[in-house]
Amino acid sequence: MREKAAITLTINGRDHPISVEARRTLADAIREDCGQTGTHIGCEHGICGACTVIVDDEPVRSCLMFAVQADGKKIRTVEGLADGEKLHPMQQAFMDHHGLQCGFCTPGFLMLAVGVLEREPDISDEDLVDVLSSNLCRCTGYQNIIKAVRAAAKEMRGK
Amino acid sequence: MTAPAKFVGRSVPRLEDRPLLTGQGRFSADISFAGQWHMRVVRSAVAHGKIKSIETKAALALPGVHAAWTHADVADIPPIPFRLTGLKALEPYRQPVLAKDVVRYVGEPVAIVFADNAYLAEDAADLIGLSIEPMRATMLATEQPGTYEHELTTEPGIIRKGYGDVDAAFQRPHAVVSLELSVGRHSGVPLETRGAIARYDAARDLLELHGAAKVPHWNRDTIAQMLGRKKDSVQLYEGHVGGGFGIRGEIYPEDILVCVAALKFKRPIKWIEDRREHLIAANHSREQHHRVRAAIDTQGRILGIEVEFFHDNGAYMRTHAATVPDLTAAMLPGPYRVPAYRATSHIRLTNKTPCGTYRAPGRYESTFVRERLLDAIAAKVGVDKVEIRKRNLISKSAMPYALGLETLGTQIVYDSGDYALLLDKTLKAIRWTELQKQLSERRKKGEKVGAGVAIFVEKSGLGPFDTVRVEIKPDGIVEVVTGVASIGQGVETVIAQICADALGVDYTTIRVIHGQTDRIARGMGAFASRVTVMCGEATRLAATKLRGQLLLAAAELMQTNADSLDIVNGEIVRVTAPGPSMPLGELARILPGGLSTEDTFESTHMVYPYGVHAVVVRVDPETGDVTIERYVVAYDVGKAVNPKLVEGQIAGGLAQGIGGALLEEFRYDENGEPLSVTFADYLMPTAREVPDVSILVTEDAPSPLNPLGLKGAGEGGTNPVGAAIASAIDDALQRPGAVTQLPVTPQRLKAII
Repeated sequence: MREKAAITLTINGRDHPISVEARRTLADAIREDCGQTGTHIGCEHGICGACTVIVDDEPVRSCLMFAVQADGKKIRTVEGLADGEKLHPMQQAFMDHHGLQCGFCTPGFLMLAVGVLEREPDISDEDLVDVLSSNLCRCTGYQNIIKAVRAAAKEMRGK
Repeated sequence: MTAPAKFVGRSVPRLEDRPLLTGQGRFSADISFAGQWHMRVVRSAVAHGKIKSIETKAALALPGVHAAWTHADVADIPPIPFRLTGLKALEPYRQPVLAKDVVRYVGEPVAIVFADNAYLAEDAADLIGLSIEPMRATMLATEQPGTYEHELTTEPGIIRKGYGDVDAAFQRPHAVVSLELSVGRHSGVPLETRGAIARYDAARDLLELHGAAKVPHWNRDTIAQMLGRKKDSVQLYEGHVGGGFGIRGEIYPEDILVCVAALKFKRPIKWIEDRREHLIAANHSREQHHRVRAAIDTQGRILGIEVEFFHDNGAYMRTHAATVPDLTAAMLPGPYRVPAYRATSHIRLTNKTPCGTYRAPGRYESTFVRERLLDAIAAKVGVDKVEIRKRNLISKSAMPYALGLETLGTQIVYDSGDYALLLDKTLKAIRWTELQKQLSERRKKGEKVGAGVAIFVEKSGLGPFDTVRVEIKPDGIVEVVTGVASIGQGVETVIAQICADALGVDYTTIRVIHGQTDRIARGMGAFASRVTVMCGEATRLAATKLRGQLLLAAAELMQTNADSLDIVNGEIVRVTAPGPSMPLGELARILPGGLSTEDTFESTHMVYPYGVHAVVVRVDPETGDVTIERYVVAYDVGKAVNPKLVEGQIAGGLAQGIGGALLEEFRYDENGEPLSVTFADYLMPTAREVPDVSILVTEDAPSPLNPLGLKGAGEGGTNPVGAAIASAIDDALQRPGAVTQLPVTPQRLKAII
């Protein structure tokens, strides 16, 4: 269990050659081995979704995936959303609609919403709420998050 | 002269958002130091038992494991003292940082291990052999008090409050209404678990604790005292905090343990709680059982209320001591005229996780009890639930209204309010009369739908003081340094808005420094919805003072008098004649060290916002599920500095209130084994369960106790949710008094139906 494997995590287009135990979660590897602490860990049992990242175009809970399983895959985290100083429409919409308070769950919600809207830009409002109900937020009461994601969806479709 | 408000009262974007949106936050787990060791806590798996032995050899044999401690290693560390409402009689019940001979709840820290990384520390913890001989677990706060240890019982104290002649009120009333009600055990459960990272800098003889929250200065002073160090040789640093809600940021055993270890090993020590630990080790709250009765006249007017309740505080008295039962008793009368009142609060210990405060502490509980009582009175005299409330509300002309009770070291005096007006506004917003007809029609067609209403008084702005320093930096940045804390509620933005108006600068040029004990000598932190009120007014005072000083200094340099100058958008400008202006940064460069002012706001009374919640629910009799169809919150905060953030506080608080009303509960089996140890067992509301609430923020009753009229906004979204939803479920079932226990889980509702 404590033997280490050499793997490469490609995060936001940059390769991170690291050496990890087989049991190391992707979330820990992203944070501790690659230094990208924007991905947060809220429960480590796959329910809160704070650790959501996009792996090969699919939102996944990085606490439920081992780092070795992500070897060679394309990983996107919250750090890769903005284009320099310009926020991603989803980030901007969260700011405009007061979709965050403490900000701990925010990276997970951003990656979940971006991942889903990229795959399914015309998702219905009803299905969107279903998707968003898979992550937990303790501060906002969700409605501003839903408003933000709907606004960003419109913006993303417009492009 | 102060310029008219440019920022106060406007929903400007938050200063906090950009780093949080781009993954640049600094939460506890994000903080690491070179050479750090990770600490893992070994916790009792037995609810009540005698420690026979603790075997550490196997753990210590693992490569990379450095030490394992038990109580003997920290025997000289005193138990954690009380921060609020610390009655002397409760002191023997304080929690030791590691259990000594006896464990009292599942999750109690018994040993700790230190290792090179978190995985290894967890491996080592698994190898610690605990031998604990189980004893009988006390699981009911309502049973006869038993032995705690020696001559101490499981009832550390009784709080009695009251006024008026209760016995006379109950002597010849028209009727007496009696209820027995319970509120379940739930808590704040922030999305970020707790974390503490300590390091010792020998060169400066300085102990640093990172991951602080809520009350950094009190914690600094207390940790220094517990470790026998000078105050200035301990400093606390608050980074981003992933939700507070009352429970985060109090001193817990783990905070002390990392400090002791950092001093001992001369190594940075990092501890990050996992979710299972959080659900069994961080403060629980709320669990109470009430027996209440009211004497009423023929019109349903209250003549007197008597309540006896049992507060289940879990296994120890933590930093909040008697705060929650004290607030429960003190705030129970709420917005109604209650001529005589008597409360008897039994503080009871059980073998469950110890308790502290949770958003609207004592009020979520007492509002549930009081509003259930009002509904019962309405049923007794045969009037509707709105009418009975109108008959009993304290009138506007009675303000300020001295309740005749005290709490948190202050006399309760409702400073201002027009409760009847806000009730009217709420009923109008939800179209109450029309709604009644619609619901009645739907019920005739077989639907189980109903409406509920609850009214409450909140408290906020707890003193006794807040100090703020405002400084102009040579680069033109305005720095506001305060001893309050940010738990995600928008402190930086709101304080910057107030400072901006008082000083004459743009709010985005202001940097608000909070939660750093080395930046300001004293501070009270963030609790009791106090920050906007106390720190806001201190900021206004300091900024106003600084403004006067700036104008005087500039007048000298610009060879004019201060009256002919103003500060607009960060520049000193001439108001009477044309001429060159001077940016504040330039003034700061010319007068180094002279552009800093400190001021303090002191207050011996709290301020009392108030609100009304109205809700429509639909009950599914097959599944016992409750759907919230509509929800209206009206809340009077005196003056909203940033209305959007106030609404955000209300919406978030409401979601937590819904959790406590319908879903969230820490359950135990009869031996004290916790059953709610994951997010699959402890159910928090998701985007599916929380409705789109209509929020009415009103400013009808500014507080007379501070010039801006501010009242705190943090807890009004949560306070009456259990009460309002219970009232609506009763109505849906057409059975007054059906709900007597929160949360109304599907199982409980099925049992009622």
